[in-house]
Amino acid sequence: MDISRRDLFKIGGKLLVLASAGATLEQITGAEAPGEAYRMADHWWGMIIDIDKCLGCGNCVRACSKENDVPQGYFRTWVERYQIEEGKQPHVESPDGAIDGFPPLTRADLKSFYVPKLCNHCAESPCVQVCPVGATFVSPDGVVLVDETYCLGCRYCVQACPYGCRYLHPKKETVDKCTLCYHRITKGLTTACCESCPTGARLLVDFKNPKDPVHEILRTNKVQVLKPYMATEAKVYYENLDGAVR
Amino acid sequence: MSIPGVDGFMYPNEVELQWSVLIVLYPYITGLVAGAFILASLERVFKVEAVRPTYRLALLTALAFLLVAPLPLQLHLGHPERSFEMYLTPHRSSAMAMFGFVYLWYLTVVLLVEIWLEYRAEIVQLAQSTTGPKRWIYRALTLGSHNISPEARRVDDKVGYAVTVIGIPSAFLLHGYVGFIFGSVKANPWWSTPLMPVVFLFSAMVSGIALVMVLYVVLMKMRKTAIDMRCLDTIARYLFYTFVIDFSLEMLDLVHRTYESDESFRSLDFMVHTRLWASHVILQICLGTLVPLALLAANQFWKFSEAKRKVMYMTAGGLTLVGIFAMRWNVVIGGQLFSKSFLGYTSYKVQIATREGLLSAIVLMLLPFAIFLVLAKLLPPWQEAKAHEA
Repeated sequence: MDISRRDLFKIGGKLLVLASAGATLEQITGAEAPGEAYRMADHWWGMIIDIDKCLGCGNCVRACSKENDVPQGYFRTWVERYQIEEGKQPHVESPDGAIDGFPPLTRADLKSFYVPKLCNHCAESPCVQVCPVGATFVSPDGVVLVDETYCLGCRYCVQACPYGCRYLHPKKETVDKCTLCYHRITKGLTTACCESCPTGARLLVDFKNPKDPVHEILRTNKVQVLKPYMATEAKVYYENLDGAVR
Repeated sequence: MSIPGVDGFMYPNEVELQWSVLIVLYPYITGLVAGAFILASLERVFKVEAVRPTYRLALLTALAFLLVAPLPLQLHLGHPERSFEMYLTPHRSSAMAMFGFVYLWYLTVVLLVEIWLEYRAEIVQLAQSTTGPKRWIYRALTLGSHNISPEARRVDDKVGYAVTVIGIPSAFLLHGYVGFIFGSVKANPWWSTPLMPVVFLFSAMVSGIALVMVLYVVLMKMRKTAIDMRCLDTIARYLFYTFVIDFSLEMLDLVHRTYESDESFRSLDFMVHTRLWASHVILQICLGTLVPLALLAANQFWKFSEAKRKVMYMTAGGLTLVGIFAMRWNVVIGGQLFSKSFLGYTSYKVQIATREGLLSAIVLMLLPFAIFLVLAKLLPPWQEAKAHEA
């Protein structure tokens, strides 16, 4: 294919503008999203969150809320701020899920850090186990989803989730939760929260992709899941997670 | 920045309670059904003849409450029109999915059959002696079976006995199962205990027996009929026995939790001493358990006059019903007041005139009594009482 110097400038200019706006490779290149070519069996999705990289800016919460039209006062993702004083119960806050970030710290001498939370997309998910009609399920690519056309709104799954990730959508009256931006990841995009994170604290990972950085991260870092004693096979891993986090 | 009604930290989606007062009614009502049926089976299977005057009363009470049992659930659902999917596509791993089947089994195979067999001879007679619409109702209720010869009645009796024998484990299943719905939620330490189905079962028996006892006295008073004191004493004695077991199980749970003192203990202990103090310690344990137990126990040791016994039994029965309601409240509502982070507490404000509000709950609690009155009009439970007096 011959490309004239004029065309090259045009494409380069486009790339520069779109990249600065945070566009994805598909948007930049104008390529068709690989939606039809997507094979669920080839993927097993999860996320890795590095606590030390999270600034508590709330970008992820805002991006999720906008991308998924999350009703006000409910959260598919949120960020918690822990402040720990030796010998005392940790002070934890998450004002409005940190959708507007956090107020400044009042004490600089305490250990403090931010913990982004979302559905752990557990492989042995208690919410899936308890749904009386199977409206919530683990997709073949490892994402816990809710069929809103089938959900009764009984909220047994809300009770069964150890992490507080589910809520009843006030308008739909069905249970709602993080879908890991399924509409995006099946098109080769990353999640809204990962994309909006300025420090790369959140990373969408595909355990079935041998080239995914997750394998190197898991090999070289000490990682942990939330509430491991619940034995839910959570697929959201945390780097540098403090033992006080619940 | 604090959220009204919240102390400490709750996960943001936990602030709002998901299961309301209607879900408190669900185990309360099914418990009354199971308990009333167990009392009926005392006479039928275990040959406790003294409680015969309450046999039919207990069966009709169980039916009246069973008919209402699914209504709080239906009102609670975000999409009640989809509830039938539980029958069509039940999710086999769900503890809740089997409710519909357990309910239908209990309603159709146990209660309706037993009541029909018990009343069959009278239904046939009434189908002949009554006139107008009533006649049509009774004719329909005969289900085309008009043979009430002594031989046919013997068959009725045998089948009725068999149904009651099946009915006892079914009643256990009905309410033990409701307990399992809560007891199997590993995410919630207030609920998650293998004792939950057993505690639910015995508390069900306690509440059902207390209800029939109170209902018996009230109905006899209303009808200005003499109360069979042998019957009342026997029911009170059985109420005492089951209450002792129930209380022992609950204390075992308490001692076990306190001794183990796992991660959740401090949080739950704080909750019991603050937000649940009135409903748990005052209502459930003191007024709803210790006082009725003391009243019932006193009657096992000393002989009181008939009038005094009646007052003591009625007080014990009434307080028991309040206490078991408080127990259901503390399980369902209490289990949602603390954060699964164990770092905070939310509160529950009962709404008044909403779908899941107080008015709905009151109507749902009165409805079984209205149904009972209709059933009692149609299938009078008094005949046997009169026969016994005679």
